[in-house]
Order: sequence, then C-alpha cells, then structure tokens
Amino acid sequence: MSAGQHIEYSGASSARGPLLVIEGVEGVGWDEVGEIHLDSGEVRHGIVLDVHRDWAVVEVFEGTAGLRLDEVRISFSGGPLRIPVGESWLGRVCNGRGEPLDGGPPIFGRERREVSGRPINPAFRETPRDAILTGVCAIDGLATLVRGQKLPIFSVGGLPHLELAAQVAAQSRVAEDEPFAVVFAAVGITHADASDVRDILEQRATIGDIVLFVNTVEDPLVERIATPRIALTVAEYLAFDRGRHVLVVIADVTSYCEAVREVAAARGEVPSRRGYPGYLYSDLASLYERAGRVRGRPGSLTQLPVVTMPAGDITHPVPDLTGYITEGQLVLSQELDAQGIYPPFDALGSLSRLMRLGAGPGRTRDDHLEIAAQLYALVARARQVADLADVVGADALGPSEHRLLEFAEAFRRDFLSQGKVEAHSLDDTLQRAWRVASQLPRRELSMVSTATLDAYYRRREEDGDAPSGPAG
Amino acid sequence: MGVTAGTVVRVNGPVVDVAGMDSVAMLELVEVGEARLPGEIIALERGTATVQVYEYTGGLRPGEPVEASGGPLMAELGPGLVGGVFDGMLRRLAGAPEFLEVGARPATLDRSLRWRFVPVVVEGEDLEAGAVLGSVPETPTVEHRALVPPRIAGRLEWIAPEGEYTVEEPIARVAGRELTLLQRWPVRRPRPVRARLHAGAPLVTGQRVLDLLYPLARGSTAAVPGGFGTGKTVLLQQIAKWCDADVIVYVGCGERGNELADVLQELSELEDARTGRRLLDRTVLVANTSNMPVLAREASIYTGVTVAEYFRDQGHETVVIADSTSRWAEALREVASRTGQLPAEEGYPPGLASALAAFYERAGRVRTLAGAEASVSVLGAVSPPGGDMVEPVAAHTRRFVRAVWSLDRDLAYARHHPAVSWRDSFCRDADALAGWHSLHGDWNWGERRVRALSLLAEADRIEAIAQLIGAGSLPDVERIVLLSGRLLREAVLQQSALSANDAHCEPSKQAALLDMVLALHDCFRRLLDQGVPATRIEETDLAEATRVRDEAGPGDVEAVEAVRGRLLATLGGLL
Repeated sequence: MSAGQHIEYSGASSARGPLLVIEGVEGVGWDEVGEIHLDSGEVRHGIVLDVHRDWAVVEVFEGTAGLRLDEVRISFSGGPLRIPVGESWLGRVCNGRGEPLDGGPPIFGRERREVSGRPINPAFRETPRDAILTGVCAIDGLATLVRGQKLPIFSVGGLPHLELAAQVAAQSRVAEDEPFAVVFAAVGITHADASDVRDILEQRATIGDIVLFVNTVEDPLVERIATPRIALTVAEYLAFDRGRHVLVVIADVTSYCEAVREVAAARGEVPSRRGYPGYLYSDLASLYERAGRVRGRPGSLTQLPVVTMPAGDITHPVPDLTGYITEGQLVLSQELDAQGIYPPFDALGSLSRLMRLGAGPGRTRDDHLEIAAQLYALVARARQVADLADVVGADALGPSEHRLLEFAEAFRRDFLSQGKVEAHSLDDTLQRAWRVASQLPRRELSMVSTATLDAYYRRREEDGDAPSGPAG
Repeated sequence: MGVTAGTVVRVNGPVVDVAGMDSVAMLELVEVGEARLPGEIIALERGTATVQVYEYTGGLRPGEPVEASGGPLMAELGPGLVGGVFDGMLRRLAGAPEFLEVGARPATLDRSLRWRFVPVVVEGEDLEAGAVLGSVPETPTVEHRALVPPRIAGRLEWIAPEGEYTVEEPIARVAGRELTLLQRWPVRRPRPVRARLHAGAPLVTGQRVLDLLYPLARGSTAAVPGGFGTGKTVLLQQIAKWCDADVIVYVGCGERGNELADVLQELSELEDARTGRRLLDRTVLVANTSNMPVLAREASIYTGVTVAEYFRDQGHETVVIADSTSRWAEALREVASRTGQLPAEEGYPPGLASALAAFYERAGRVRTLAGAEASVSVLGAVSPPGGDMVEPVAAHTRRFVRAVWSLDRDLAYARHHPAVSWRDSFCRDADALAGWHSLHGDWNWGERRVRALSLLAEADRIEAIAQLIGAGSLPDVERIVLLSGRLLREAVLQQSALSANDAHCEPSKQAALLDMVLALHDCFRRLLDQGVPATRIEETDLAEATRVRDEAGPGDVEAVEAVRGRLLATLGGLL
C-alpha cells in the first residue's frame, strides 16, 4: 500500500468529514492513492475522489480526526490503490488495509494489482457448477452453495450470522484433490466478534489455506470501502491465477454500505433511497460480480456475504439491491433462534438459485434435489397447517395434519439443528433429511420418484401406516 | 468533420470536464486521455464540455488530451452481429481479454472474416434509400441483406460480382458513394421507415399465460415488472428461446454475469423448434453486466434497439429483450446526479419519463424503406426496488407500453411459474388480435380468453371467502368454480421452463388445453344441475388434465383431446 515517491504537497485548504481539499496539485489523477504525513510522524492514506484543475478532494482512510490543515504533507502514488498478490497471503491475519496484524513480515508478491479489479468478460464466463460443501446440513441439503455463485446470508442484529459465516469458512471443503482457500473479510465488526471469528478460524489458519482481513468498528470508516476490494483482489489471484476454489466471506455488507453512504454524504451527493447514493447498486455489483468462473481456468470464486437487515426489513436498500444481484439468499429467522435452533435457517425464505448446477445426479447424490424439493414442500405445507391451527385450534386438526406438525418439529430439531463446531458429510446430511421425511407415510412424499423412495425411504416401526382418512 | 482537441480540467468518476472544446456538438463521441477512453458530450458551456466516460477513469488527470470524433455514438452494423456477444457500446467481447481492460477497443465486426455476397441488383438501376443490394448468408437461419443506407439514393454505378468480401471492401457504388457491408448509425436516433402500420399478427411466445391471456402483437411493447426472485429473467429467457421471431436482440443491461453465461450456453445448445438450427444463430447478445461501466449500460439499450431496427430494415421480424430497464434508468440517475441536475422523483432526472417513452416508441410494425413489412417488438424487464410497483420506472413504464406482464411474489413463492399475475397484468392488443385470430381460423380466440379471465377472477373472489369460512361451507356452485380455477392455473397457466415438452407450447396445444379446462368447467355445472353433489366431482381424479401439458409434446393436440374425452366420460359416469 505504500505510495511511490512523488512530489509532496504541504497543507490542505479545507476538511469536511473524511475529506480533505488539497490545492496546487499537478498531475494527480482520479482514484489515485495518496500518503499523508503528519507532524507526529503518523502516516495516513487517502484516495482522490474529485480532481479539478489544481485542486484535489482526498478521502482519508483513517479519517481526519486530530488532523490540522497546516500539518498535512501528502504525496500521491501515481495510480489507483494496488496491493501485491500471491500465495504468501495464505495463513495471514491483516487489518482492513492489508497490513499484518499477526506479527509477521509485510506481505510481498511478484505482482501488484489494482484493488478495483477488472470485470470478467461475460463472453468468457462459465456457468457455475459443482458444490462447496459447508458441513452445515441446512445449507448443503437445501440451498447448496455452488462454485462461482454469490449467496448471501440475510440476517438481523442479534442472530448468530457471524458464527454461521465463520463456521462455514472453517468447515468448507471441496474434493480432496482440488486446491481450496478461504478469504474472510470482516468489515465493521466489534472487537469481541473479531476475536470470536479468529478463534473459530484458528484451525484453518494453522493449515494455512485462509486469509483473514479484520476491519473493526473503531477502524476508520472509509477503510471499510477498501477492505472487501483488497480481499477480492487476493481471492481473484488465488482463484484465477493459481487454480484454487476460493470462498470469500464478507461480513457485514451493511456496514460497508453505511460507509459508502457516509462518504457520499460528505461529498454532498444527491441521496437516493434512505440516504444511500443512487449508485449503490453498481457499487455492490462491483463486489458481488467478482464471483464466478472463467472459461479455461480451473479455479472459481464463490462469495458468501453477510447482510444484516436493519429492523429486519428485507426491502431495505442493502438486502434489496443485494437480492437483485446475488443468486439466492440464506435467510435467518428470529423465531427459530428464539426456540434455540442453530442455525436458525428459514427454509421458506431461503433459496439457492443455482442449486441444480451444484447438486443432484453426477454432482452430489442422485436423490439430493428430490429430497430437498420434498422437504421444502413439506415445510411449506406444515407452515399452512400451523397457521390454520392458530385459528381453529390444534384439536380441530386431522391426523395427517398432526403428522405434518410433528414433521416440522423433527425437521427443526433433527435436521436443521447442529452444533457450532459440528460438520456433517453430505451423506450424513441427506441421511438426516430422509430420517425426518420418513416420519411421514410414504404416500405423502409425492415429489420423490418411486425408485428414489425404494432406495432411501425408511419408515419407522412405530409410525405404522395405519389406515386413516384420505390425506389432508 | 474537423477533429477538435481539448484538455481535461476536472475528473469526478465517470464525469469529466474538458476545456477548449469550441466546435463540438452535444452527444458527440470523444476520446479522453492517453488511454483514449470513449465518452459522450452531455453538456456544453462556453468552451467547456462535460463528458460522460464509458470506462473506469482511475488515474485520469487534469491536463490530459481529449479528441472529438466529429459525430455521435455510432453502432457498427453488418454481417457478424448474429451469434455474437457485445458490450453496451457494441464492442465485440469475444475479441476482448478475459478480464476487461480499460480502453481496449475491439471493433464490433471482425475485419478479417470474408462473407459470401450475392448481388440482387444490376448496374444502372435507380435505387432508393434502404433498397436491398444483395444478400449474405450470415448464419444458417438469418439471411443478411446488404442495404443502401438511409439518405443515400440514386443510380447504381457499380455492383460487386458474387464473391467473398470483408466488411470493409467495397460492394457497390451508388450516386458516387462507395458502399461496404459495414455501415454506421447513430444509436440514439431511430432508423427511418416508409410508414408505421397497424398491429397485425401476434408474436407467439410459446408461453401459455402470455399467448392466451396477455398476448402481444408483432411490433408491440411489453414490460415485465417483478421483485427479485419472481422469475423475470427466466421468463424473458424463455421468450428469447421460443418466440417466433427471426432475430432476437437480448440486452443484458446491468444484470448478473452468471445469468448471461447461462443464456449463452443454453442458446448454443438448444435447437430452434422451427428451423432445427441453434438458437444462437438468430440471437445477438448485448451483455453489459452490472459490474461493467455504468455508462455503457446506459448506451446498451440504444445499441440493442438500433441493431434490431437494422435487421427490421432487412425485412426481418425482430424482438428486443432488455433486462433490465430499471438498471438503465439507474444509470441515467447516476449521471444526472454527478452532473448536478436537479432530481425529480426519487433522484431520477426529470427526463426519465420521456426517455422511457422514446425508447419504447422505437418498437413498431412498419413498412421498411425497401417496401417490406417487418417489426421490432420491445420487451423490457422492470426491477422495482423493494417490489414497489409505484416507483418511478415501473409507474412511467406502465403508461407507455401495450402490455404489462406483472410478476407476483405470492405466485412465485407458491412455485406457480411463470408467476404472471392475472390481477395486475394488462394487454391492449387483445381486441386487435382477436380479430386477427378469427380471420385466421380461430373464431373462439377472444371468447376463450374472456372466459378464462373471468373464471380466474371469480375463483379469486371465492377463494378469499373460503379463507374466512372454510371451503366446506361454500355452496356447491362456488366450490366447482374453485376447482375449475385450480385446474386452469395448474393445467394451463403453469408452465415448466425445465421440461422438454412444456418449456414452450404451440398455439394449437395452448388452445386445446384451455378448451379442455373450460369444457370440464361446463361439465361440472351440468352435473350440478342434474343433482350430482360437488363433493363427488371434487373426488374425481382429474390429475391427468394437469399432467398432459408435460407429457404430451409441444404441439400434440390429439393427446390433449384424448385426455379431455376420457375425463368427460369419467365425469359422465357420475350421473
């Protein structure tokens, strides 16, 4: 991140929020990075947001607190923000600007790349395929994560989304013989959360196939805008130059968007919905669309961003715009969390749009898509029955409806629910799925073919397919 | 055509101010900086031009040179478009690197390819603007016709003999002007036609809910509003694959890259049911994904429709599919806010409504300059924020289009696909098309449609009551409406995009399926009249009616009629 040695300018003419105006500059380009030296010897970093004849507006990553206009000495790097790329990032823990926090040496690489990245040429994109197995039953079984996909976790403050994201980052794997890596970008999280994440990821860190970037709430707000881009630049190199399957976790995108909003406001831009700038969609796309696969290159870049919905509002601009760009969503539910279910996965709101490309015959297991569709359908019916029971009372329900309520309970306790350090193999996950589905009489599993039922359906003894009236 | 040069004075993201631009025009194309980034002049004030740049401007400095091109943003037109993938400025993406570089500019058409040209005119003829000079077999399905460009007319002084030519080699000389296969046209200006014509034949989409209930005439316009996850893109892709047009221009405007990869792959694998050729052989793909430069996204809508007009002028029936117009409107807003325009509704510029109107107005059924009848139909997706249907893009679009196919979140959640709502959709071509159908042998078309719509409305009304008092408490005559409504939804309106038999449906099978459901409904009523209770009708196994759409081939009317006969016989047995 260090700037090359160029002319140094002394003194800023004004400061507002994180922005400084420097006058008398020459040859400074838009989006160029500058290094700011203060009298105390402190070094801060900034980026050019606007350049007009001989003055430049610079956004200071570390913020402008404690900075006097007359002490500013700034030199520009001659180009947009670049970082070294290489496999030397693996196993490292860094701050949001990519500087080591683990006491190790600075990170070098053979090549430096612009963090804004280059869009993948759509003509060379390859459709995502094959799964990343997370060891989390709800995700692997019902909303399989596909290599090259972007699948966000939609959550609300207070729910264990960070634990879930870290668990996925810690447990995820691809086939034995394929190189894998995780890049975890913690954006705007608390110190306590940051240390929890580091604990959860510790084992993976010792193996050395993870990079962790930590930008905490007290780190400068504008640094948050750079953190995901730095993480993605590192990940892109590992994926497309080194042929690894890379999972990038960004938590929390809402903090990132708030930083974008704050900077936009400081620049005096016309706000759009809820004060967010009108280009928030394009800005988010410039992160999310860096997921994918490229024809002729073996690796893939998959994203699992975490989006906390302010006040649980899915129409809030951040989840809404995210939903328009990403390929599905994993929704966490307060109701399940209150019942002590972890992960509190809301099956009806969740969807992996690319699941058919990553699961099923030739990909995971032949029965996978069928049993997943069946569970979704049963959960939807159970929800209707539960709603009905709220109105008419459980006593008024018929036997098949009672069975559905029992199924829903088993689904929560024996399928969704698992420990925070518990990883299930895919066979294990599907076995759990069949076990809960098999609590219902065979004829209720109408979405599964006869052959699949013959192979996997196991009716428990005590269920006894007693002749009851025609189903619901 | 003198080239003016100026100097960058200010860079604010994609908006750049340039001094020293005295004799330039609004919307003139310029090249900015040492990297020669393409841009357009969007404001002029006493020698200072404001330019919107189509690429990332990182590193661009005050003092860098700017060169004006002498004309507005042009599309390069000629053989080589069909089957290709282009960015929003119509630059060929197959010729660009895997990760798009700034300023790298492959042209639209490959200069090295040679095309077989067969002339159809003889030297000495007087040719009008738009006349056909000859043909080029561009793909196995699309015959490209080389035209005299608009505004050029006169004696054909020379025509090239049949042979193979690159797009830059001369093929004719008309009134002293040398013509090549390659032509240019300013994308923001509609190409001229001889006359606009009234709606004629329908555009058959192969999607039952559209063709039966909310049909579109060739040359008409439709909007597809829907929140995320309601299946907009799947529906538009289905239309791109199966509608009966000659040339499809699919504009992926600010949408997902993975989706475009999927479309591209499917189009190159799937066969056109009518020609047996690859669907890609009739498709032009304009791909400006959400992470590609936002201003090229704004241009992509216009380049797409210009390409469609160009094929229309050759006499082809064309369809432009723009996914999504909301992303285009957001690009307008982004530029407006950077240039400090006063915002109107929700930050959009005041010109949003007129820009939308002008875009959809480029659709139409026309008599071309060459005298042929041809059309451009325009279908636009609308992605309203938070599913809010009164936001400006959705609200204004409704005013200017002939049909709205509104996608409903509840239907999508219930896995009813395509989730086209029969409450919020409309279609203004229905009467004209009913006339067309009755002239072409289907007298019942209009009546069938009206019966289906009223059955759906009636079933909805009764369903609302049933949710309060329970279906069991309804009178028999209402219970069979519920039953028929469900049959109509499941056996006719739902359609599986993944099924080989059901992904598209020919008009004859569409009509047969709907006739079957209406006949069953009539039969239910007769049975009630003759004293059969509704419960017995409800208990009858009618699953075959729902299965036949998937089990019978896309045009297998006999299979549908056989099912209809069997079910009516079974029901007759209840007496």
